[in-house]
Amino acid sequence: MRRAVFGLITLAALAGATAWMLSGPQPLDSAAIAGLSGGDAESGRAVYLAAGCASCHMAPGTDADPLLLSGGRQFESDFGTFLAPNISPDPDHGIGGWTQEQFLNAVMRGISPDGKHYYPAFPYTSYIRAEPQDIADLYAYMMTLPADATPSQPHDLGFPFNIRRSVGLWKWLYLREDWIVTGDLTEAETRGRYLSEALAHCAECHTPRGALGALDHDRWLMGAPNPSGRGRIPAIAGDSFTWSAFDISAYLASGLTPDFDVVGGSMAPVVNNLRQLDRAELDAIAAYILRAGQ
Amino acid sequence: MTAKRLFSAFLLGATLSSPAFADQDPAVEQRQGQFKLYVHNFGLMGAMAQGRIDYDAEAAQTAATNLYHVTRHDQSRLWPEGTDSFSIDGTRANPAIWENLDDFVEKFTAMQTAVEALQAVAGGGLPEMQAAFGPVGQSCQACHEAYRDEAS
Repeated sequence: MRRAVFGLITLAALAGATAWMLSGPQPLDSAAIAGLSGGDAESGRAVYLAAGCASCHMAPGTDADPLLLSGGRQFESDFGTFLAPNISPDPDHGIGGWTQEQFLNAVMRGISPDGKHYYPAFPYTSYIRAEPQDIADLYAYMMTLPADATPSQPHDLGFPFNIRRSVGLWKWLYLREDWIVTGDLTEAETRGRYLSEALAHCAECHTPRGALGALDHDRWLMGAPNPSGRGRIPAIAGDSFTWSAFDISAYLASGLTPDFDVVGGSMAPVVNNLRQLDRAELDAIAAYILRAGQ
Repeated sequence: MTAKRLFSAFLLGATLSSPAFADQDPAVEQRQGQFKLYVHNFGLMGAMAQGRIDYDAEAAQTAATNLYHVTRHDQSRLWPEGTDSFSIDGTRANPAIWENLDDFVEKFTAMQTAVEALQAVAGGGLPEMQAAFGPVGQSCQACHEAYRDEAS
């Protein structure tokens, strides 16, 4: 009996130690990113628009300035309410004091400068696929944006999701760099895949999630419940989605559907960002969306 | 007609509609009908602006004039309280409309202003129409972003 109890305690301790090890932060290889240039702010602007940083990090309200990343928008989920933090270059309340490497680890690995996990409401789950140089350029661009001293608000999450370390186990289970859509892709489809799967993170809203919040790769872009309000995020793949490449590209450029309804809700800021990119980039996204739906 | 007067009797509808039959309030279908008429006209110009069909000055001008008139339809009985998406099915009108009525009216008025500018130039050439068409879409988007739910 005593031996059995001892065995159980040992097992529990081992399980705990394993969980602790697996849940630790896994930053980028410093050597691999050491060769990056200091970053080109002009290129970074395009990354900023494609990655949609402002959609979540600008102030609440539809009249918010998409260059002032003071945070405060609320995102309801099955796990609680996330509050987007201040990521303006303010040294105290934003990211003004961050190094390029810290920024890269935040965006591409979901790790804060003090080594804590970010929740995957922050789509590093997509940005992990980005080119590190693009994120270095993004860093250079974001440091040129206006600073704001609004303090970040804490998330409002239920147990056990309020234990940040548990996110490490989630990452161990689900955080992957692989592309979702694979096979022989045209040049446009490949560029579109990069824009969509790595930067614009279309799937984060348009793909349904499993019980632990991981995207269901088998129903990629097939539409999902709206986590933060009524209605559904529409399918942009599957039989119900019948738009042409021109329809998709025109929608991203103008906010107009093929039936001339006008974009609204959480897609409106996405269109506001994407319409500022070269049309060829939107055509590439369209090519990818159609390829993903095959 | 000023926007204020357009909406001055905005809440009157609440007294005219019985909450028990709120989901059958004809105002919901009627206001949706007016938006369909917006699209009927806006869409024709949109198809021309996007090059889906050839620009036709006369048809564009007619559509713009129609849009001018339908967007000036008096709104006072179309938005009774209790016809928001939290109260009834069959609408995407978020309750925030009624919580921020001033802002809603402001956005509606901005749309009317953009349509007026479009109506002034729609028959005067494709580039002129395109230039005035964009701001109309933007004005629709501003309101949809704040006040319209996702489709179900």
